[in-house]
Amino acid sequence: MKTLALFVVVITGAMLIYAGQDLPAFGDINSPSYQAPMTQYFIENSLEESGVTNIVTALLANYRSYDTLGETAVIFTAGMAVMLLLRRRET
Amino acid sequence: MSRIQESVIIRTVVRIMVPFIQLFALYVIMHGASGPGGGFQGGVIFGAAIILYAMIFGISEGKKKMSDALDKILASTGLTIYAGTGLACILFGGMFLQYDAVPLLPDPAVVSKYLIDLVEIGIGITVLAVMISLFFDVSPPEPEPEEAEE
Amino acid sequence: MIWILDITMLFFLVVCAIAAISIKDLLSSIIILSAYSLIMAVVWVEMHAVDVGFTEAAVGAGITTVLFIATLARTEGRSED
Repeated sequence: MKTLALFVVVITGAMLIYAGQDLPAFGDINSPSYQAPMTQYFIENSLEESGVTNIVTALLANYRSYDTLGETAVIFTAGMAVMLLLRRRET
Repeated sequence: MSRIQESVIIRTVVRIMVPFIQLFALYVIMHGASGPGGGFQGGVIFGAAIILYAMIFGISEGKKKMSDALDKILASTGLTIYAGTGLACILFGGMFLQYDAVPLLPDPAVVSKYLIDLVEIGIGITVLAVMISLFFDVSPPEPEPEEAEE
Repeated sequence: MIWILDITMLFFLVVCAIAAISIKDLLSSIIILSAYSLIMAVVWVEMHAVDVGFTEAAVGAGITTVLFIATLARTEGRSED
């Protein structure tokens, strides 16, 4: 069983390394994520539109605020579920 | 009570460290707009400070700082702050969470900056309450204190 | 990019990952997983993703370890295989 698991892991790792050859280099200016039009838009306009200097925060809390609201709701729901399942009722 | 919890060094260090960790957490939350950080990370650090206190001084001591009822209230308060900010934007005529629709200040970018801070505080409150309640719920029940050993 | 730091960090990452799954004692496994998260945070910061590194250090190395240890205190601390 362990040799089978090792076999699967080695095969998956080899495939990942092979796929990693096609990734753009670190900091490549021609990489698709940098050349996308929205990237340029966010870099140029996020300071005037959202007023924060950290683009990551501008994206998370302004442009994709609805997404972050969902994330917070997920955390809240997870906490409530654990509370319901595990909290011992003191009676 | 384990040997770690009885150690004077650890108890003293934890008692000194906890306020500073909480201060750092508040800094991370409020600094999220202009540097690395944000509500999620700051909330986790704030929760970690109280978890550290509860680990060393015992679960029951920790629950005195952060009771179960307060946990529930804080967890829902944070989400309410977030959703309430979005609803306030609707009330001022914008779309849900469209910050620059709120006419508090002349510059919409500054309004957006302050509302982002408010939203980060909401996230932080929810995350810290959920993290602490997770720890209190998962941690094993404390053994009854043995009075006879004294 | 400091490639020597990168290679060293990634090497330790792999060592930590292998050690975490091959050690029998679950408490040691959790501690090694925490070290894994810390190294991962350093790698994130080195790749200029400071926010992700921050989250990794706070959640991966901090809260997850505490929750794992708290869960381990309720169960028995040995792995089956």
